Amino acid sequence: MTKVTLEVNGKKVSKEVPDHTLLSVFLRDNLNLTGTHVGCDTSQCGACVVHVNGKSIKSCSTLATDIDGSKVTTIEGLAKKGKLHPMQEAFKKTHGLQCGFCTPGMVMSAVDLLQTKKNPTESEIREWLEGNICRCTGYQNIVAAVKEAATKM
Amino acid sequence: MKSFNYHAPKDVKDASKLASSSSAFLAGGMTTIPSMKLGLASYKDVIDIKNIKKLSGIKVSGKTVTVGATTKHVEVASSKEVQKAIPALAKLAGNIGDAQVRNRGTIGGSISNNDPSACYPSACMALNAVIHTNKRKIDAEKFFVGMFETALKNGELVEAIEFQIPEKADYQKHPNPASRYAIIGVFVAKHKKDVNVAVTGAKSCVYIDKDLSKKLSSSFSAAAIEGMEVKSSGMNSDMHASAEYRANLVSLYAKKAVEAC
Repeated sequence: MTKVTLEVNGKKVSKEVPDHTLLSVFLRDNLNLTGTHVGCDTSQCGACVVHVNGKSIKSCSTLATDIDGSKVTTIEGLAKKGKLHPMQEAFKKTHGLQCGFCTPGMVMSAVDLLQTKKNPTESEIREWLEGNICRCTGYQNIVAAVKEAATKM
Repeated sequence: MKSFNYHAPKDVKDASKLASSSSAFLAGGMTTIPSMKLGLASYKDVIDIKNIKKLSGIKVSGKTVTVGATTKHVEVASSKEVQKAIPALAKLAGNIGDAQVRNRGTIGGSISNNDPSACYPSACMALNAVIHTNKRKIDAEKFFVGMFETALKNGELVEAIEFQIPEKADYQKHPNPASRYAIIGVFVAKHKKDVNVAVTGAKSCVYIDKDLSKKLSSSFSAAAIEGMEVKSSGMNSDMHASAEYRANLVSLYAKKAVEAC
């Protein structure tokens, strides 16, 4: 067992967990933040993407204890005072989702892209989202959402 | 995933002391963790080496680029120094997996795992890399032994990879459409005296295509290897690509790489 202390969505949390606890498990089972999804469980699908110290990573392939002391942002941490984040707003406006399972990861990845690149081209958006798989084949509107958000962020 | 004890030593000596026949060193974990989750591997002790400061970073000297074992793919890809000294190496790093994998995955982890479809081993071979471990220095050609097998002994840890700066180089890969690993990848490096064509993804382990290297050493142009047949014997054959298809890709991507140099 190891004590893991993180700042999750601006709130300090501390839990004693088994050493092999994945960050995705820590978030979902220990903190009840179930917005972070687990799809493939083999680090391909990207449904579990969260930000650790501002960078997007796959939480299903990261040990919670490995990032002890870090700042984590999950999909639950994007909206501020009941107001959706511009990326969430854009996904809603352009209908960048169908079943919604991949959406939290898509949104977290896309936010990271716009943090590093303000006005990405369509091919840069598609390339960046290679690690996020949508099985409803909704990529067209997802890309449209990222483009839309780029004008607002 | 089976349980294990997690350790995060601060120096190489302590990491080495913790190592046993039932331990694994952990860097980015982009292969180790999924392997443990799938039950393909299990360890009593997992030794995280990311807190060992001297294992991370990039140094460029006159003739070489040295990359610390825990340096992430994103760091190599975005390093101005690497982009200037060996642009092909930065390009290779920038196309490994996806953005999130590049934010965690490391060069030391990639070469220690020696996946037959990994990109970095081809750069090590073509750029005459020397692998620095906590025990010795190993030439790349002796380091990559076989499928998921390296010359590393129990408790031996990669500290850094020293690449020779070539006159020209390029890396071309045919990625698997879902996972982005190299169905085949060809790294061509033109050094002062000779040319190395290293191939990954095609066989059970990275290798130098001697025929292509020899031809390009005497005449460095795409025309020199035009129509050269690459034999498919010993090549991987699976649902993604037959051995014959891979052989054809090797020839095609070698030409592409030369043209891009």
